[in-house]
Amino acid sequence: MALRTGKKTMSTQETPESGMTGAAIMLKALVDQGVTDIFGYPGGAVLPLYDELFNQNSIRHILVRQEGGAVHAAEGYARSTGKVGVVLVTSGPGATNAVTGLTDALMDSIPLICISGQVPTHLIGNDAFQECDTTGITRPCTKHNYLVKDVNDLARVMHEAFYVAQSGRPGPVLIDLPKDVAMAKGTYTAKQKVKPRHYNPQVKADPAKIEQAVDMIARAKRPIIYAGGGVINSGPQASKLLTEFTRLTGYPCTLTLMGLGAYPANDKQYLGMVGMHGTYESNMAMHHCDLMIAVGSRFDDRITGRLDAFSPGSKKIHIDIDPSSINKNVPVDLGVVGDVKSVLGDILKVYKARKVKPDQKALKGWWQQIDGWRKRDCLSYDKSSTKIIKPQYAIERLYELTKKKKKVLITTEVGQHQMWAAQHFHFNKPNRWMTSGGLGTMGYGLPAAVGAQIAHPDALVIDIAGEASIMMNIQEMSTIAQYRLPVKVFILNNQYMGMVRQWQELLHGGRYSESYMDSLPDFVKLAESFGGVGMRATTPGELDDLIKEMIAVDKSVIADVCVDQMENCFPMIPSGAAHNEMLLGPNDSAEQSVSEEGMVLV
Amino acid sequence: MNTQSAEVNAHTISVLVDNEPGVLARVIGLFSGRGYNIESLTVAEVNLKENLSRITVVTSGTPMIIEQIKAQLTRLVPVHKVADLTVDGPHVERELALVKVKGKGEKRVEALRIADIFRAHALDSTNESFIFEIVGKTAKVDAFIDLMKPLGLIDVSRTGVVGIARGLGAL
Repeated sequence: MALRTGKKTMSTQETPESGMTGAAIMLKALVDQGVTDIFGYPGGAVLPLYDELFNQNSIRHILVRQEGGAVHAAEGYARSTGKVGVVLVTSGPGATNAVTGLTDALMDSIPLICISGQVPTHLIGNDAFQECDTTGITRPCTKHNYLVKDVNDLARVMHEAFYVAQSGRPGPVLIDLPKDVAMAKGTYTAKQKVKPRHYNPQVKADPAKIEQAVDMIARAKRPIIYAGGGVINSGPQASKLLTEFTRLTGYPCTLTLMGLGAYPANDKQYLGMVGMHGTYESNMAMHHCDLMIAVGSRFDDRITGRLDAFSPGSKKIHIDIDPSSINKNVPVDLGVVGDVKSVLGDILKVYKARKVKPDQKALKGWWQQIDGWRKRDCLSYDKSSTKIIKPQYAIERLYELTKKKKKVLITTEVGQHQMWAAQHFHFNKPNRWMTSGGLGTMGYGLPAAVGAQIAHPDALVIDIAGEASIMMNIQEMSTIAQYRLPVKVFILNNQYMGMVRQWQELLHGGRYSESYMDSLPDFVKLAESFGGVGMRATTPGELDDLIKEMIAVDKSVIADVCVDQMENCFPMIPSGAAHNEMLLGPNDSAEQSVSEEGMVLV
Repeated sequence: MNTQSAEVNAHTISVLVDNEPGVLARVIGLFSGRGYNIESLTVAEVNLKENLSRITVVTSGTPMIIEQIKAQLTRLVPVHKVADLTVDGPHVERELALVKVKGKGEKRVEALRIADIFRAHALDSTNESFIFEIVGKTAKVDAFIDLMKPLGLIDVSRTGVVGIARGLGAL
């Protein structure tokens, strides 16, 4: 069938200048866009593309074990480099398997290009083998998508897709390519010759708003800078400007889960992470501030807690490249639309030119108040046991024993271990921390580590995992084996879906419905079966040696760290509660502070 | 800023989009996916040369929701322009309806009389029925349809609202 269409199109479209097949055009477009690595899995509808890949050396293809893994790997690649991640999957199940990753990338604003094969155009809509309505299915989970029906449109669509994926608020873009179009011959259009589409997000902010922002910043008595993933997406320069702005003003700074690394964690003006499992001091400062400067953060429900009690006494400035993020959840007093890097640069210019002097007396009082909250030492935990490893301790040791390494990239799965990693592993630079924030995708970390390690062969890449999450994409161990990636998987094994169990304990009367992990594999043997090294620690005394050995081994490692089964992740703002109603430890009871409304929330 | 007490009002929003496959699905999907109302929707190509279509949506929400809808629409890649006609200034809105009425004798005469008052045209007629075409604001169309109910209304087809700003400006 495919051959017949191929023949037909070739005979009708052959002209002197149109010597390239759709597959060749696609490859050339990728090369022209500077792509060096793509993550994918072959299948019937993408065979022409794989044939073209076979005949070239510019692009390396990383063969994953499931398409979901390919998308997360591309996400890890994109987040650790700032480049666009590229995915290649086949039609039907290839495309539907990619949906979770695309949604994940959309929620966390990760620039991706996903190329999916499609059945030949004349079969579209016929319920053909491995057919699905890919553009229909992915419309709500991509920033934009295309179905290319004419081979002569392909080059333009490819270049436009790269432009769309990277400009404004980044996101995933999917290109669905029917097999006959991949085999038809057509003309290539160079990147420079593609006329940019009208899509042109605002990068530079309105100067009047910059002036207004500086006015508000100068008047603040109890300010807080609340920065998020937008700073990371805006590039390393944005993190530098955020740091400069924070130091220049002397204001406290807190980061969201997605923003970790945007401001150095070891700095004294840093209050730790904000939100549901953020520190007491940052949440209290958010609650009591008189000026909130939101920079590339989106007032997500994990951050705000109960909306009507969120930072009730403050004026709010919101800097964001996406106008739809402003006034979405929380009404703000000043919305500044623009790229963080450009806006912070402009604010700094005006701030310096006006020689703004913050109210030092007020600021001193504010810091005293913050230091009072800091004294609660909200991340402390019971360190008395010599028999049981506390999960927090495991992360702490992992951080201590790796912090001198030149480049450490951390990915995580989703759950308690993710929150402990966010609390106890410290990031001083951007693009070192890759986690699924918006969608909360279990199984993200292992493939993301594959992508990060491919992009940074010399870096120490660690997937901090839970034993439940790791099972969701465990097949990618095989990819790790194939490319001899020295990825380290650091499992905090409590034999529970820990976060589910924690919520059941706190909110559902301790009825641990289906949250126990039974019949787990022997992770040591599992690692060995994939050509890696397996390790296990069951007591705190064994931990340091395990971590040192894990780092020293030049192979993939699964470290099975058996931790306290009943440990809960604190501090915590229970769902539906306000920032000043945090639970600081196991002695605070959640049930009294969670209303019926709160129970409905996730 | 107080968000709770804000009133829910109907707004007529004009959207200029690239006329490409899937663009309407994107707009409708945005409304359903984010839980916004669509009270009426019209779409047709308006600029053949530049391949542009114009979508008119009547939706309702608090001012904050309406702002969100505008921002979300603007974010779609094929969307060129979004305007809230209700807020942006004076504008005209019209809707066209085809109304089929079945009846005999007295009722039939009454239907024709009311149609005349409303300046509705009869497009088709049999011994027992009329199809009226009525153009006007939504309220006028509603009123006409209501009056036709006791007179043998059997079928209605409406275009939904189209709107355009008064004066010199263009979308």
